[in-house]
Amino acid sequence: MINLPATFKISLRALRTNKMRSALTMLGIIIGVGAVITMLAVGTGASNKITEQISSMGSNLLMVFPGSVTAGGLRMGSGSQSTLTGDDAEAMKREITGVEEAVPILNGAAQVVYGNQNWSTGVYGSTPGILTVRDWLLSEGRIFTDQELKNAAKVCVLGQTVVNNLFGEMDPLGQAIRIKKLPFTVIGVLAEKGQSIMGQDQDDTIYIPLSTAQRKIFGTGGFPDMVRSITVKAKSAEDLGPVERQITDLLKQRHRIGPTQEADFTVRNLTQMMNVAEQSTQIMTLLLGAIASVSMLVGGIGIMNIMLVSVTERTREIGIRMAVGAKSWDIRLQFIIEALTLSLIGGLTGIVLGLVAAKTISAMAGWPTIVSPFSVMFAFGFSGVIGIFFGFYPAYKASLLNPIDALRYE
Amino acid sequence: MALIETEELSRTYDLGGYAVQALAGVSIRIERGEFVAIMGQSGSGKSTFMNILGCLDQPTSGRYLLDNIDVMAMDRDELAQVRNEKLGFVFQGFNLLSRTSALENVELPLLYSNVAAAERKRRALAALKSMGLEGWEKHHPNQLSGGQQQRVAIARALVNDAPLILADEPTGNLDTKTSNEIMELLVKLNEGQTMTIVLVTHEPDIASFSKRIIRFLDGAIISDEAVQRT
Repeated sequence: MINLPATFKISLRALRTNKMRSALTMLGIIIGVGAVITMLAVGTGASNKITEQISSMGSNLLMVFPGSVTAGGLRMGSGSQSTLTGDDAEAMKREITGVEEAVPILNGAAQVVYGNQNWSTGVYGSTPGILTVRDWLLSEGRIFTDQELKNAAKVCVLGQTVVNNLFGEMDPLGQAIRIKKLPFTVIGVLAEKGQSIMGQDQDDTIYIPLSTAQRKIFGTGGFPDMVRSITVKAKSAEDLGPVERQITDLLKQRHRIGPTQEADFTVRNLTQMMNVAEQSTQIMTLLLGAIASVSMLVGGIGIMNIMLVSVTERTREIGIRMAVGAKSWDIRLQFIIEALTLSLIGGLTGIVLGLVAAKTISAMAGWPTIVSPFSVMFAFGFSGVIGIFFGFYPAYKASLLNPIDALRYE
Repeated sequence: MALIETEELSRTYDLGGYAVQALAGVSIRIERGEFVAIMGQSGSGKSTFMNILGCLDQPTSGRYLLDNIDVMAMDRDELAQVRNEKLGFVFQGFNLLSRTSALENVELPLLYSNVAAAERKRRALAALKSMGLEGWEKHHPNQLSGGQQQRVAIARALVNDAPLILADEPTGNLDTKTSNEIMELLVKLNEGQTMTIVLVTHEPDIASFSKRIIRFLDGAIISDEAVQRT
């Protein structure tokens, strides 16, 4: 039978006897655990932020852009050809079952004026479905109706940034603003959405009916129903793949493009791109954690080193204990508990250090950091495992000493 | 019933391919309540014999019964338990734990025999008191004189009520006066509590406190005689 409380007391005394040495040995674990906690906090924070931004984009989205023009052997960039139309969007919604909503967008920058205030912003001509696609809510007012869309009514819905810059504290609803000198009535205000994943201010936006944008604001250069892009929302994440293929087939058919010819449009899967971004931050988090874990391992080796020294120094003590009846496991446990105590106290201190470091990084660099309970438990558990693992060999060595030699050791 | 019974004990050390015989067939009986002094020059095998008696070393051949238990077939942990229950050691260099109070030093054997903390303390205090060390239990070995340290060591040997005390040159580091005091204590233990004591010494004065003297030479017993009290 092993007397745990007494063994624990012996171990604590041994550690107290060499305070400086114990503290320095712990330092390795403290830094290791602190690094693990901090790295995981930074990684988790970044990954959460990206997830948040992805969901602010709207979920299950596909974006369709016009293709490029080939002029005299030179291929212009994507979107240089005006081949997508509002009808394409309607056809998608009508003919592809997996599509929940498909909205055409014709956008551009425009100067907007209210009273003596003016502001340059992104003006988006679209259909009422844009709110569904972007998972966006109105904070007040309404989106334009199908009737207004058909009539190319001069009504607009403003983003928060536009409201702030033009109206300040005033209620914009029902007011008239000028977009490219044309008067528009404000019928709604969008809820605040914040930055996009690319760092754009999503609230710096005005939505107007697509027809109004096409006929009155931007013009379409001879292609009456031209749009700059079509955003498609699939009914579910599983539908994204099939819907992407069906859109390609449908548009090829509508644009009369043979199977071997190059398509005059491109379909991009936004969710996929975002998932890649999220995955890469997760990999980054793991990588940072792994690197930090290495420093914990180094700390563990430090513990082993000191425990080996300690066993040698206390050979005589071990001999005395054996002579009065200490069994192999009594000796082993004494040194394992000593190593475990070192690593666990180091671990706890490291957790505190990590929390402080994470908070400091948040405050100084402005990065979001999240210390998950998992990372704390992981770091604490890992430091315990390291204590036992690296304490075992010195303890085992101590228990194998020959009592006669140990008693004679000077 | 003999407390110690050995038959043809031999111990050979292998020093890199060349064997040294430290003990060459020692047979001996020591009854309960005896006080035996083992004498001999260095290299005579007396220390080897003591180590085997103390279950710290195993003989190469022969038989050793301690309190009727055959210790030959035992592994490390079983030997540790025998040392814990049957033996008390007193060493020349005291072998107390440094930076540890006298009380905790005396408690040490009880720590390894699963005695509850309160009981440990009670028995250790009693043992210290019997050695005349009342009031010194909080002192560390470096705060005690040589004689006091050896008395702590004897208290440690007594605390688990072992029937046998093995003392290896217990007075080797002490002056004559203190040596005599320590020997008187051992004599008292032998007479009063009928402790069996086996003592190794090379000083005839010290050996004369015992009742029986066994002399070793070249790993064998050359004489075994009772001490004549005058």
